[in-house]
Amino acid sequence: MSSSVQPGAASPAPFPSGPIPSCRGRAVAVVGDDIDTDRIIPARFLKCVSFEALAAGAFADDRRELQGDHPFDRPQHQGAAILLVNRNFGCGSSREHAPQALMRWGIRALIGESFSEIFFGNCLVMGIPCLTASHADALALQQAIATDPAAEVVLELEALEVRLLGSVESPGERRWSLSLAQGPHRMLVTGQWDGTSQLVAQDEALRRTASRLPYLSSFVAGSS
Amino acid sequence: MSAGTLYDKVWELHRVAELPGGATQLFIGLHLIHEVTSPQAFSALRDLGLGVRHPERTVATVDHIVPTTSQARPFADPLAEEMLATLERNCAEHGITLHGLGSGRQGIVHVIAPELGLTQPGMTVACGDSHTSTHGAFGAIAFGIGTSQVRDVLASQSLAMNKLKVRRIRVEGALQSGVAAKDLILHIIRMLGVKAGVGYAYEFAGGTIEALSMEERMTLCNMAIEGGARCGYVNPDATTFAYLQGRPQAPVGEAWARAVDWWRSLASGAEAVFDDEVVFDAALIAPTVTWGITPAQGIGVNETVPTAAQLEPDERPIAEEAYRYMDLVPGAPIAGVPVDVCFIGSCTNGRLSDLRAAAAVAKGRQVAPGIKAFVVPGSEQVAAAAEAEGLDAVFRAAGFEWREPGCSMCLAMNPDRLEGRQISASSSNRNFKGRQGSASGRTLLMSPAMVAAAAVCGHVADVRDLLPATPAASPSPASPSR
Repeated sequence: MSSSVQPGAASPAPFPSGPIPSCRGRAVAVVGDDIDTDRIIPARFLKCVSFEALAAGAFADDRRELQGDHPFDRPQHQGAAILLVNRNFGCGSSREHAPQALMRWGIRALIGESFSEIFFGNCLVMGIPCLTASHADALALQQAIATDPAAEVVLELEALEVRLLGSVESPGERRWSLSLAQGPHRMLVTGQWDGTSQLVAQDEALRRTASRLPYLSSFVAGSS
Repeated sequence: MSAGTLYDKVWELHRVAELPGGATQLFIGLHLIHEVTSPQAFSALRDLGLGVRHPERTVATVDHIVPTTSQARPFADPLAEEMLATLERNCAEHGITLHGLGSGRQGIVHVIAPELGLTQPGMTVACGDSHTSTHGAFGAIAFGIGTSQVRDVLASQSLAMNKLKVRRIRVEGALQSGVAAKDLILHIIRMLGVKAGVGYAYEFAGGTIEALSMEERMTLCNMAIEGGARCGYVNPDATTFAYLQGRPQAPVGEAWARAVDWWRSLASGAEAVFDDEVVFDAALIAPTVTWGITPAQGIGVNETVPTAAQLEPDERPIAEEAYRYMDLVPGAPIAGVPVDVCFIGSCTNGRLSDLRAAAAVAKGRQVAPGIKAFVVPGSEQVAAAAEAEGLDAVFRAAGFEWREPGCSMCLAMNPDRLEGRQISASSSNRNFKGRQGSASGRTLLMSPAMVAAAAVCGHVADVRDLLPATPAASPSPASPSR
C-alpha cells in the first residue's frame, strides 16, 4: 500500500501475553509533542477488517515526507522494541489501529512525558506499557539513544525504572526512574491487563448494577 | 477530589466492581458501533467463544467509509464494501440493530443517537470513536474507546476504567452575533491547549452554556477530546428535556415524568466540588479559525498568525512545524488566506442548525470561482429536514454540492479528500497533518457559517461582515421536534 516501508524486525518478539515484568531491546525516539494517531497511522490504513497488516502504516505519511530519514526507517533503529516520545503522544482519534501498528512494527513499550488517555488505555489492554518520565529524563534518554542507538535498554516494570546498559561507545550503566499509575502498573505486572474474562466473570454484579439503572427498566421500577 | 458532580453520580451508579488490577468495572448503558472499529472486536469475541451480553444496548450505523455521492451497493471501493458487509453480518448474527443506508435513520453515529433519543442523561455511553464525547451534551458520561474495549463492551456491557478528575469550565455572558458554539470550543482549546484535559472530564457550565441549544452543546462536547478531555458534559436541564421529548427512544407518559425527575437529580449540585475550575467571558470570543496543525492553534478571524516570539517557549516547536506544513506567514492576517475546498458537515457541525447557519450566509451569494464547496448532512434525518425547508436548494443555487450523509472529508476514509497541497475551510474537528486524505493537505477549522463565508469570498473572511447587523442574524436554535 505504502511505498518502501519495512517491518521493523526480521523476527519480532511475540506479542505480549501474561505478566510483563520487564521489556528489553533497543530504543527508537520519535520526538515532538502532540503526535496524533492520524500521524501514527493515517486513516486510509484503517480500511481493513483485521489488524494484521498494519505495520506498513506506522507513521506512513511522516516517513514518506522524510524519505528514509524517519526514525522508523533508519537502519540503526530496525528491530527496536522501545519507543521514546514526548508530551501528549497518541492524541486525537481513538483508533486502536495506532498502537496495533506500532506493536506490529515491533514496539513493546513506550516511554514518554505524557500520553493521551485513550491511546494509553488501548496500549494497556494490549499489554503495551506506556511509562512516564520527567521532561529532563525523557530528553536525557532520547539524547543517550541518539548518541548510542545500539545501546540495550532494559525497562524494569516492577521497579519502574529504565536502565541503559553500557556499550563500547559509552561504557557504564545509566538509569532513570519512571512512573505509572498504580492500577495499570498492577495490571501489567500481574498479567491482568487483558481483562475480558474478569469483566465477564462479574455476572452477578453486572446484574445488580443493571437492576438499579432506571433507564434499563423504562423508568418503571428502581427509580431513585 | 471531585464530589457531588454529575460525573461522580453517574460513575457511582454504573460502578460494577473493583477489579483485581485496581481499575473500576463500569457498566455501559449505551454502546454505539460503526464499521471501522468493530470488525476486529467481533472477531476477537468469536476467538474467545463469547457472545454479546446485551445486544439491545448496542446500536450500529455506517458512517466513516460511505461515499457521499452515490451510495449504491456494492460500493466502488471493495474494502469499503467489505467493511460494511462485515458490519451487516456481525449485527445480523448477534441481533444488533443496524441503521443502514436508506433506512431513514442512517448517519454519523454521533448525530443519529441523539436524534433517535438513544442518548439520554445519566447514561454511560461508549463507542469506538473519540468524538463520543458529543453525547455528554445530554448529561451523559460518554467517551471514545479502542477496539479491544469494544470487544469488552460487547462481551460484558462494561469496561475497566479509571476515574477522571473533573474540571468545570464556566462560561458567562452572551456570545456575539455571528459567534457560534464552534468558535466557543475552538477558543477554549486555544486558551487551555490540547493537553490540558488529559486526566479530566470537562463539565461545561455557566450562563452561556445554559443558553445554548442542544445542537450547540453537542458541538461543544464533541471537541472536548480535542482539548485532551476524554469526555465533556453539560448538566441536563429544560433544554435537554425539550429536545428529547417525543423522540423515538425517549420515555413516554408516566415514564417520561419519572425520567425527568431522575435526570434532574443527576445534575451537579450547588455543593459540588471540582478538582479545577476555569472561567471564560463569552463576549470576548470572536469567530475563530485554526492556522496550524493542532486544534489549539486557533486565532480570532481578525488576528494575525502568531509569531514564535508571541508563543510560550514550549509551544514553539509545534508552531515551527505548523509554519512549515501550512505555509502561512507568521505575523500575517488569517483573513484573506485563499482556500481551495470548503466542507460543511461532520459530527461536530453536520446538524440542522449548522446547515441553517451556513445557508443563511450562502443565500443569494455564489461560491467564488475555482472553489469546490460541498455540504454533507450529518444524517438521513438531517438531510430530510433540511430538504423540507429548502436548504438544499439554497446551497445548490449558491454553487455548493449537496451530498448524502456520512463522515465525508472530516477524515477522508471515503472518496471525499483533499488533493496535494490543497487547503480547506472545514467545519470538522481536526486539522492534523494529513487528516483530510492528502499527506500534504491543509485544514483550517471554523464554524459552518465561517466556511460558507470562505466559500463565497474565496478566502478566510469574517462572517459578521456578511450578516445583517441584527441579533436575528445569529442561527436560530434547532427545533426540538422531529
